[in-house]
Amino acid sequence: MGIETSEDLGGPAQPLLTVKNLVKHFPIRGGLLGRTTGLVQAVDGVDFEVAKGETLGIVGESGCGKSTTARLLIRLIEPDSGEVLFDGQALGAVDGGISLTELRRQVQMVFQDSFASLNPRLTIDDSIAFGPKVHGLPDGAARGRARDLLGKVGLDPNLFGRRYPHELSGGQRQRVNIARALALAPRLVLLDESVSALDKSVEAQVLNLLQDLKSEFGLTYVFISHDLNVVRYMADRVMVMYLGRVAEIGPVEELYDNPRHPYTRALLSAMPSMDPDRRTQEAPIAGDPPNPINPPSGCRFHTRCPFAEEVCGAKIPVLTPTAADPGHRVACHMADASSGHSKAGSAA
Amino acid sequence: MTAAAATADKAQKQSAPATASRGYWAGVLHRLMRNKLAMICLAILVLIVLAAIFAPYIAPHDPYRGAMLRRLRPIGTPGYPLGTDELGRDMLTRLLYGGRLSLFIGIVPVFNAFVIGTALGVIAGFVGGKTNMAIMRTVDVFYAFPSVLLAIAISGALGAGIFNSILSLTVVFIPPLARVAESVTTQTRSLDFVDAARASGAGALTIIRVHVLGNVMGPVFVYATSLVSVSMILAAGLSFLGLGVKPPEPEWGLMLNTLRTAIYSQPYVAALPGAMIFIVSICFNLFSDALRSAMDVKV
Repeated sequence: MGIETSEDLGGPAQPLLTVKNLVKHFPIRGGLLGRTTGLVQAVDGVDFEVAKGETLGIVGESGCGKSTTARLLIRLIEPDSGEVLFDGQALGAVDGGISLTELRRQVQMVFQDSFASLNPRLTIDDSIAFGPKVHGLPDGAARGRARDLLGKVGLDPNLFGRRYPHELSGGQRQRVNIARALALAPRLVLLDESVSALDKSVEAQVLNLLQDLKSEFGLTYVFISHDLNVVRYMADRVMVMYLGRVAEIGPVEELYDNPRHPYTRALLSAMPSMDPDRRTQEAPIAGDPPNPINPPSGCRFHTRCPFAEEVCGAKIPVLTPTAADPGHRVACHMADASSGHSKAGSAA
Repeated sequence: MTAAAATADKAQKQSAPATASRGYWAGVLHRLMRNKLAMICLAILVLIVLAAIFAPYIAPHDPYRGAMLRRLRPIGTPGYPLGTDELGRDMLTRLLYGGRLSLFIGIVPVFNAFVIGTALGVIAGFVGGKTNMAIMRTVDVFYAFPSVLLAIAISGALGAGIFNSILSLTVVFIPPLARVAESVTTQTRSLDFVDAARASGAGALTIIRVHVLGNVMGPVFVYATSLVSVSMILAAGLSFLGLGVKPPEPEWGLMLNTLRTAIYSQPYVAALPGAMIFIVSICFNLFSDALRSAMDVKV
């Protein structure tokens, strides 16, 4: 008896994950009776797909809904509305549905804070073996699996298995967290800023480890980060989020070389360059993102966009494929010839 | 050798911890053992507990038999090293026997409240929302009364007796322990490892058993040990007021009560039960302080 990777259902052409119009608004409760006084529109109508075996990078500023999206995908929080299909299967008791337990076995997550995501009272072995035991593996087999996986993530099980989290460095702890996520033989791993807290040399090691594990176990990643360089290195496709909506999504090289959304351009120009001839010349965008409690109307970026016009504040732009590459889609009125924006159709 | 294995090798050589691994509780024990004051307190407590348990074998006299002719002898009287009480009973004997009841009603209510309070607090903290509201606001109602008053009120309503004083003290100690358990649980629940456990498909009971209790029991236990002294003092107070143990049972609080009339003729003898309560309380308090600092490691 063991825990094995589940069978591929829909064939390679069917996306592993299909997200349709995902919405999560967090109520702000106030007053004596806990009435809802406002809504934080953390994720507001997000659509995307993750193909089998690819890495989808999600980038955006703090508070743009990246982490909320990840937590919605693994159902750590319940979405208000929207649909998440895992290999074509909806969650729940519908026809051809997938149970929550099964979904949580096939989708795993690695968190940012390597220390908070390990129970300080459990040994490394126990932490990794916990998941398999929950799924019915006997104690001995679960421990064996934990030790195997420790080896896979590059930690000697004899040296580290009996240790406690505080005895490990940040990089070692994050390796343990990766092993813990892999212990259930998932098909999709959500990496929520998983390397952001590590220092650069350790970060590079862990990124390489993730790449190796991906090919070894045939994994699919959703890689969330605010570090554009890291995303470029890791991802096959990139999704740019702004205030709970998708601004732009496309193949990594196409999107980095040919960004269509003004926000993406601003993000990319803010990216530190190693080339002194390409240093940042102008201030990319000013100010903080607007408050997600009362987000701007229309295009949420119009308050900070240098090209904003009347239509931007009035109408919500939809994700439209660009002419150059149908896989590259952008939610900007300038990319939509019929929007009425003066620069519509002329950009790029 | 794959690239993964290569980086792995490097990662290990970089920083394999040099010291032998020690579990959390082993570490706590080690730090506690090095605290001299805590060890002295522990030794005194163990001595007193053993003396109380073996009282029938070591006590020189019968705790119930007095003699009018030798009432209120001072400390150091031959045959009665700690003097005699107002009915001529040997003080040493009665203090030894008294420890049995005093320690019993000091520890048992706290233990009961520890179990019940932790359960309530963990449920409230883990489930949150309306359940938390219902449990914690109910607990707050009891918390609103001063503990002495609450103990006296419950004991008064139920009537005197050992069982009733244990019951009333249990009720008194549930609210503070439930509050500590609730706040630590709420903190623990928000940590990523609980989310990770949920993400691996574990049910609430499994998460509480494996991930929450281990992190909550420690702080609650430390707080509970500090309550033992309060419990002893409250129990002594109840006996003093005639709501706890009834005469002629030897119990430190009751002895303090009956000897108070002798405070002018034999002040030292009259103070002895109080001294015992004081010693045991302070030992429990110092020990729980030491336990707290031994457990409070920022790692």
